[in-house]
Amino acid sequence: MDLRFSPEEEAFREKVRAWVREKLPQDIREKVDRGFELSCDDLRRWMKILSAEGWIATNWDKKDGGPGFTAGQKYLFEDELFLGGAPRTIHFGTRMVGPVLLAFGTEEQKRKYIPKILTSEEIWSQGYSEPGSGSDLASLKLSAVRDGDHYVVNGTKIWSSHAHCADRMFALTRTSTTGKKQEGITCLLIDLKAPGVTIRPIITIDGRHVFNQEFFDDVRVPVEDRVGEEGEGWRIAKYLLGHERSNASWISITKRTLVKTKEIAAEERVSGGRLIDDEVFRHKIADCEQELQTLELTALRTLSAAAADKPMDLGQAGLIKLRTAEVIKRVNELSMEAGAYYAQPFEPQAIRGGWNEEPVGPDYLFRMAPDYFEARAMSIAGGSNEIQKNIIAKGVLGL
Amino acid sequence: MDFEYSDDQSLLKDSVDRFIQNNYGFEQRRKLVATDEGYSDKNWSQFAELGWLGMPFPEQYGGFGGTPVETMIVMEAFGTGLVAEPYLPTVVLGGGAILHGGSEEQKQAILPAVAEGKLKLALAFAERQSRYNLADVETSAKKDGGSYVLNGMKGVVFGAPSADKIIVVARTSGQSRDADGISLFLVDKDAQGLRVRGYPTADGLRAGEVYLDNVKVGADALVGEEGKGLPLLEKVIDHGIAAISAEAVGAMKALNDMTLEYLKTREQFGQPIGRFQVLQHRMVDMFIAHEEAKSMAMMAAMRVDEADETERKKAMSAAKVQIGKSARYVGQQGIQLHGGIGMTDEYAAGHYFKRLTMIDRSFGDTDFHLKRFADL
Amino acid sequence: MDLRFTPEEQAFRKEVREWVAANLPRDIKEKVDRGIELTCDDFSRWMRILSERGWIATNWPKEAGGPGLNIAQKYILEEEIFLGGAPRTVHFGTRMVGPVLLRYGTEEQKKKYLPKILTSEEIWCQGYSEPGAGSDLASLKTSAVRDGDHYVVNGTKIWTSYAHCADRMFALVRTSVEPKKQDGITVLLIDLKLPGLTVRPIITIDGRHHFNQEFFDNVRVPVEDRVGEEGQGWAIAKYLLGHERSNGSGVSMIKWRATKLREMASKERADGERLENEPAFRRKIAELESDLRALELTSLRVLASASADKPIGPEASVLKFRMACMQQAVTELMMEAGAYYAHPLDREALRGQSNAEQVGPDYQFRMAPEYFQMRGTSIAGGSNEIQKNIIAKRVLGL
Repeated sequence: MDLRFSPEEEAFREKVRAWVREKLPQDIREKVDRGFELSCDDLRRWMKILSAEGWIATNWDKKDGGPGFTAGQKYLFEDELFLGGAPRTIHFGTRMVGPVLLAFGTEEQKRKYIPKILTSEEIWSQGYSEPGSGSDLASLKLSAVRDGDHYVVNGTKIWSSHAHCADRMFALTRTSTTGKKQEGITCLLIDLKAPGVTIRPIITIDGRHVFNQEFFDDVRVPVEDRVGEEGEGWRIAKYLLGHERSNASWISITKRTLVKTKEIAAEERVSGGRLIDDEVFRHKIADCEQELQTLELTALRTLSAAAADKPMDLGQAGLIKLRTAEVIKRVNELSMEAGAYYAQPFEPQAIRGGWNEEPVGPDYLFRMAPDYFEARAMSIAGGSNEIQKNIIAKGVLGL
Repeated sequence: MDFEYSDDQSLLKDSVDRFIQNNYGFEQRRKLVATDEGYSDKNWSQFAELGWLGMPFPEQYGGFGGTPVETMIVMEAFGTGLVAEPYLPTVVLGGGAILHGGSEEQKQAILPAVAEGKLKLALAFAERQSRYNLADVETSAKKDGGSYVLNGMKGVVFGAPSADKIIVVARTSGQSRDADGISLFLVDKDAQGLRVRGYPTADGLRAGEVYLDNVKVGADALVGEEGKGLPLLEKVIDHGIAAISAEAVGAMKALNDMTLEYLKTREQFGQPIGRFQVLQHRMVDMFIAHEEAKSMAMMAAMRVDEADETERKKAMSAAKVQIGKSARYVGQQGIQLHGGIGMTDEYAAGHYFKRLTMIDRSFGDTDFHLKRFADL
Repeated sequence: MDLRFTPEEQAFRKEVREWVAANLPRDIKEKVDRGIELTCDDFSRWMRILSERGWIATNWPKEAGGPGLNIAQKYILEEEIFLGGAPRTVHFGTRMVGPVLLRYGTEEQKKKYLPKILTSEEIWCQGYSEPGAGSDLASLKTSAVRDGDHYVVNGTKIWTSYAHCADRMFALVRTSVEPKKQDGITVLLIDLKLPGLTVRPIITIDGRHHFNQEFFDNVRVPVEDRVGEEGQGWAIAKYLLGHERSNGSGVSMIKWRATKLREMASKERADGERLENEPAFRRKIAELESDLRALELTSLRVLASASADKPIGPEASVLKFRMACMQQAVTELMMEAGAYYAHPLDREALRGQSNAEQVGPDYQFRMAPEYFQMRGTSIAGGSNEIQKNIIAKRVLGL
């Protein structure tokens, strides 16, 4: 047992840190720091910079165009990226479409889509949830009816992050309604510019535009854009789940958020002193720091197990997802608490940037209430905390 | 970065686990803690034979040269069986004080005897008013020619009734709570003027109040430098934290296992109660609490030998906070999910709960360590 | 809306306070104060003193021998008794047997049992739970088979508080096995001295003897000690539940503990200062007290909304749940206040059976044992989970 990273890994960390410092555009860094909404262009610009370095598809094997990181490097890379103030990317291309096409796709599909994911030329979104299918994902209804060389798609998808920035969607559709509900699900790759697709923005309680709802009205999707066989969708989705959950990047984002919370608490005043020196507030921060440390060590344990070729521990993966959600919510709540009255001003136009009214309050105003509001989604999206617990209860504890 | 055991460590784990399985059934342990001594000499000699009593000591003192990871492995297994032998006071605390602060002569005189199972120790650091502040020492040691005269009272000294020698923390100068002026003395239990009022503790272990009335010891009884004992004491207590963190992890695992089993077998309303989602989610939270505690206990074992004192303290405090939170949750919910049977003395769950509760009352509770973590 | 008590009520408060100060035996007060286990004799003595004053059956109507107190007076009486340092009583006679007999009992049963409850000459216990019937009470199995003028009772009851101090048991037994398990349950009044009945103590994790298990081996109970009809047991138990809910609040016990906590926090030292001045601990006490106030006001609201024809409904589960949380919170803080002195636990001393030298402060048993004991409050009498099920189903309609 040894907690230290190897000298090579430490050197790699330094290299990434320096690179982020040099390459992350100043305007994007500032938007992230201040809690402004990033435009589609901002996100695309940053993704292309990562692509140019070969660092976009960090979870892909080298032969497929990934950088060939070890588990440790991947962890350090993301840690440095987010500690350096970078935004999250729109990662459905690399996290979903890539792994799925590599495992289930035809040669033609790989040739058509993978290169543009690697260059960030095309951005993907995820079409999973529907208004009637949240935690019970398998009840999805978006229908795809075969008509010659096409599927005709009708219905709606919801909660698709950044679909308004995306070119294509990785969608679960229903091709059959007989049998078990998991069995009639099929994966389609849908061009969002196809006729009959409309995208409606969903503004969340923090005032930002991340989510969308899509309506499909007789949208014709070529059969060659079906991944795997008809009815194989659920199996593909489960395969992906394994990929998705091993992602500990939210821990690094939470670390960065906590740094910001401390900055805010050092600026804010209480009874003439600094808020960060207030006994109670300091203990709250310490409590978050301690929990975050625990979480990170637990994530490192899973990395270590992976490095030792032990099977992925489903319980640990689920617990990291749900505990990260709890901790990030708490950290954001502290930033809001730090704001006191200044958690109250709330001008949704201002959060988008490019709004020229006189600014109110400190320049981290949007890190307070809006981030707190936004963070509530952490325990809902991507499998709610309740669903994570169900999974652990059943899969790990045998209940 | 590596959380895996070496082959030797895996062997050690197997051997302690096997010992617990064979010798620490709940009924066996109940009988043991009901005896006057509260532990078994036979077990103690077996610990010696298996090399566990000298685990952290270098080979030249009859030890195994183990790292804190080996201690963690032993303590975690001990936690699963709620081992009652005074391993923590003798090996980790008393032995630790000599190992980290003793003179060459002291090491040679004490450590091999401990490793062979011939000598038991206790570390008397707390006092009635001290709570968890290690510098809050009022017991005095006055220099008298070539010797020291100790007066005062040390409270809740773990393992005091069984100890042959007690390492007493006393003040050679300064005021209560001064960092300077604290010294450690190795005192024979039968020294004139020393009296132990022994008693059982809530978790079934043994402790005692140690009264010192003009106890005279030679200069050779001083462990470490006169007046500079606080950093040594802090280091030893940090090792204690790493050790009981592991013990707590073992106890949590055992309590979780028996609770899970209970959920699967206890039937109410015509079905196993583990079918109720409310109880399933509770059990998942207990599972998470144990896993998180385990992460931190591993971290504590890997960092307690850290040279940077501040980093070490900060790490131990972070670990102890997590242990406190997890132990409280697992202990309380372990009882709750068992219902009435969990409240009874004749069932194991309550005993795990009580040990977990007392671990949070040892070497600083969650609040104390959260504050130390924030202050460092 | 008015939060104040009337001048009459305030005078009543003063009267009770002075009475408790004058009549609570010193040795009992000290045991309660120090957390030492009370003997059966201690309970019986104190109950008889309350009986003499006419304050034992506060929930009974005046014509049945109750003191005829209104809701506010009952509240004040209970509060002053506990704040004055009195112990809880063994109250199954007044809380269960009395109300049930008044409603369902025969004249003969009333004559035979009620007077001795009022004088505290006879102490009752409750025979509800069984090893296999906890939260799912209706699945109880202790059988009572009619044989001439008797029922022959076989089986076992568990978690019976103070059965070792009691003369009689108010028991739910199964007289027939019906498709619906709630049917077939009957109430019997069982003399604990009958042949074939044994009482086994259950020592809890705090080291005290509070609970018992009883074994019934062909115990012959006269038919005239059946309450109501055969199979009416579940209806009677449900009637009692409603009745029980209107019985005081238990808040005063927590308030008394909170004053003890404050005392401890002013005596214990942290870094040379009083523990009550330590910021983290101070904050915890403040949080406790603010929660306590919320509970007290909620409980007053519930009590005030109740009346004879409109008994307290399932909202009482909110109180039961919060009460358990608060009992646990206050005792946990007392234990935390103890720091290392939460460790010593000499069981003989806890029972008042040891002359060994005292260890630590004289409130030492208020630390760990009380905390351990109070873990049972979220289990006994309907666990927290059951209370929440009730709220979900009957208040929220889920």
